[in-house]
Amino acid sequence: MARLTRLGVPRRRTELGLMVLAVALTASAYTLVSLGKTATVPTNIRPFVGVVAALLISAHIATRRYARFADATILSIAAVLNGIGYVFIVRLRPDLANKQAAWTGVGIGCYIATIVIVREAKRLQYARYTFFFAGIALLLAPLLPGIGYERNGSRIWARLGPITFQPGEVAKLTLALFFAAYLVEKRELLAVAGRRVFGVYVPEFRHLGPILLAWGFSIAVMVAEKDLGSSLLFFTLFVSMLWVATGRTAFLALGAAMFAAGATAAYQLFGHVQTRVTTWLDPWSYASGSGYQLVQSAFAFGAGGITGTGLAQGRPARIPASYNDFIIAAIGEELGLFGTTAVLLCFLLLVGAGLRIALRADTAFDKLLAVGLTTILGMQTFIIVGGVTRLVPLTGVTLPFVSYGGSSLVVNYVLLALLARISHDSNARLGELEPLSWRQRRRERRENNTPTVRGGGATPSGDGFGDGNEDETTMLDGSGR
Amino acid sequence: MNTQIRRLGIALVVLFLAMIVQLNVLQVIKADELANDPRNSRNAERDFGQQRGRILTADGKVLVESSKNPDPKSRYAYVRKYPGGSLYGHLTGYFSFVYGTTGVEHSYNADLAGRKVNLSTKRLRDLLASKTVTSNVTLTIDDRIQRVAARALGNRRGSVVAIDPRTGAILAAVSTPRFDPTPLASTDIETTRTAYERLRDDPTKPLLARAYRERYPPGSTFKAITAATGLETAVIGLESPEYPQLRALPLRFTDRPLRNFGGSECGGTLPVVFRVSCNTAFAQLGLDLGPERLHDGAVAFGFNRTPPLDLSPGAAASVFPEVPFFKRNDPQLAQAAIGQGEVAATPLEMALVAAAIANGGVIMEPHVMGEVRDSDGSKIRGEPRYEWRRAISKETASTIRDLMVDVVNQGTAQRAAISGVQVAAKTGTAQTGRDTAHAWIIGFAPADNPTVAVAVIVENQPEVSTATGGRVAAPVARQVLEAALAAQASQR
Repeated sequence: MARLTRLGVPRRRTELGLMVLAVALTASAYTLVSLGKTATVPTNIRPFVGVVAALLISAHIATRRYARFADATILSIAAVLNGIGYVFIVRLRPDLANKQAAWTGVGIGCYIATIVIVREAKRLQYARYTFFFAGIALLLAPLLPGIGYERNGSRIWARLGPITFQPGEVAKLTLALFFAAYLVEKRELLAVAGRRVFGVYVPEFRHLGPILLAWGFSIAVMVAEKDLGSSLLFFTLFVSMLWVATGRTAFLALGAAMFAAGATAAYQLFGHVQTRVTTWLDPWSYASGSGYQLVQSAFAFGAGGITGTGLAQGRPARIPASYNDFIIAAIGEELGLFGTTAVLLCFLLLVGAGLRIALRADTAFDKLLAVGLTTILGMQTFIIVGGVTRLVPLTGVTLPFVSYGGSSLVVNYVLLALLARISHDSNARLGELEPLSWRQRRRERRENNTPTVRGGGATPSGDGFGDGNEDETTMLDGSGR
Repeated sequence: MNTQIRRLGIALVVLFLAMIVQLNVLQVIKADELANDPRNSRNAERDFGQQRGRILTADGKVLVESSKNPDPKSRYAYVRKYPGGSLYGHLTGYFSFVYGTTGVEHSYNADLAGRKVNLSTKRLRDLLASKTVTSNVTLTIDDRIQRVAARALGNRRGSVVAIDPRTGAILAAVSTPRFDPTPLASTDIETTRTAYERLRDDPTKPLLARAYRERYPPGSTFKAITAATGLETAVIGLESPEYPQLRALPLRFTDRPLRNFGGSECGGTLPVVFRVSCNTAFAQLGLDLGPERLHDGAVAFGFNRTPPLDLSPGAAASVFPEVPFFKRNDPQLAQAAIGQGEVAATPLEMALVAAAIANGGVIMEPHVMGEVRDSDGSKIRGEPRYEWRRAISKETASTIRDLMVDVVNQGTAQRAAISGVQVAAKTGTAQTGRDTAHAWIIGFAPADNPTVAVAVIVENQPEVSTATGGRVAAPVARQVLEAALAAQASQR
């Protein structure tokens, strides 16, 4: 029994260790910014470390208490990204730092609340239509007079009393929940039913109805709100979830065709879309006009080079929205290629962890939800970093956890909590066991002459999305070592 | 589903790889290009208020330096001082937060700011100490010559350029009126703005570096080119042809003949018409040469080409009209042959013409940089000595030199003569209005082994005669040549 109560402890120990590193990293970056700016150690460094540590430890304790088998890395990686982002906001817009700190607190609070309230992820699927209508309402909210208003050319803001937020950020999450639930219900039908027309599989229209409706609706709202980035994000989310749910490559082809049609139509119809494309192809000709942001961010990346100028040693204030959509360019200038690559690798680790959670999840809903949530994180990173580096046309979305912005931060912490919950659920069901030392594993491998199947554990090797666990049955078999 | 999830993972990894590749393109491959793009204001922002190297004259006078900002509250640790003042304003340029950099401050910015790669990573020790190694730029300009040139020109608008014909080193470059760079480099933006706007709106154009940025009709100094081209193409020799004595040369396609200044009569062989600067004879030579040969002759001397001067903004190209312009237009061709009409040259270009004749037909690249040394005194770069153009053959150069010696000894440039040193020169008077003309002279000394070539222009003199150049410009040239020879003698 004593052994049983210790289940999950190593994983949480790993998390705690990583969190100590995250706090150390954030605190040293914070100190460096102050040193770079005023050549003094910040006077509030002790309370700063205290608050950062307190926030993370409370999230850690909640996880330990309510989701102790959850993946050990995701919260720590998010903490690092959030810490770097906060330090850059302190450096770029000190006036916004307190707001960001407050939103971080709210975000962690929502993480804890989600972990505590949502005791089983699969129960969320029963509220699918609540999520659907909530998502629609949230998407529409900025268009309502009195609540919604336009800022920086995008009508994506809503105001309730003293709080302003972007309802679209929340809609991302609720619609991902809806799609996961909906696809679990219909995926058999979607995958099997249908006809072959000239050798091409065509799903029956009535099964596609709701999803097409939601897709078209969200696209229409996004076009009305001129939020191209979120529009692209939604679309990718729908298509990838549909494809994962059904296994039908035809949906990818259909999605690509729909995307091409939508993009062409948007290009023909809207001047701001044309502007985006022309400045993407050649920002240098519009260096002081529509291409200003891209040109300035390219200068920032160039000025940063490999090692960067050092924190608070560069001049990223030149980049418009450097604390927000363009924060990766500011990181590129001051932390260099090392910094930007490190940030991208953090996101890649997060995506890897998310997909590993999806692989290990043992219900279809959990799997799909994990896939959806991970896709949101990965694609959002690609849309904004690719846009800023001119890999794809620039469409404004936030860099998760890093950019300034309360709505995005809170939603991403809830997203993280859901991933942690799914991870915990599946690991708990698989039966958490103490990870073996490498000696024990080697001995077992020699004895059995077969690869070791571990019950869990958070050692860096193994459990990647390449090893084992082909389907749910073998996963369950694997638990009975 | 797991197969799809794995494939999704692969797709996302590919997207992330694409981002990392793109970041490498921006931050490694194109990094230097982007960082040094002139539109990237980071360089000026970073360098402004930082310590920069000094700019000195060849004889060691400090023209520009950085000193600690006396205001401890200022965000700029250093302020840029210009002890060289307005005398050197067009050469040193200014380093302004608002209006960017010009002159040597711009063209050698990387050295002055200590950002040249070979400079900052020369020693690992410097890199580790993260010490800013700024370099000092020593110019080829000699303060003694520069001062004499400025004093000789006085308040008259115009320009003096003195060059060492053997190297292309600019020994003096004066333009009047001038400006003091100090207020433009002020840390107070309002001071800078006021000073700049006042200079910009001044009708006398003090910001214009006349020495290498303004074009004037070169007048009779251009006859050196016409004569040299005639000799090179064997259209003319020293003995023949003999031009008729004329007061005016009748021209095709016009009722107005080309007249000599003051209606005087002149003619004869090349040495004679060169000495007295006979317009009718050189106009006829121009017509005999034809547009193509005259055009090519001017281009050989550097017309229609930008001299590779190491200042910013760079030198202006001098202008000789293209061949089709002269089709059925004898009057313009005749005018071009005597340096009037559409021909226009910078003082720098005319100094280079003199230098070409002085240096056996070879024009060296004009430059103001003598050497760059880092703050520890080790040499970063030396004086550039490159051929720019081969204008004429050695023989032609030597013939023209003899003609120019004659001009000083018996002709229009007698006031350029220096006792004990043979000077060679050609004067010019370029009519600009009914009663005004630019006074010109180009020349060099000593004639048998030239070490200094000079061009002088004094704008809009209230007298139009063959003698104007000799009366007004020649004394300036003499003083500058004397000062240069004295300075060179003291170095030996």
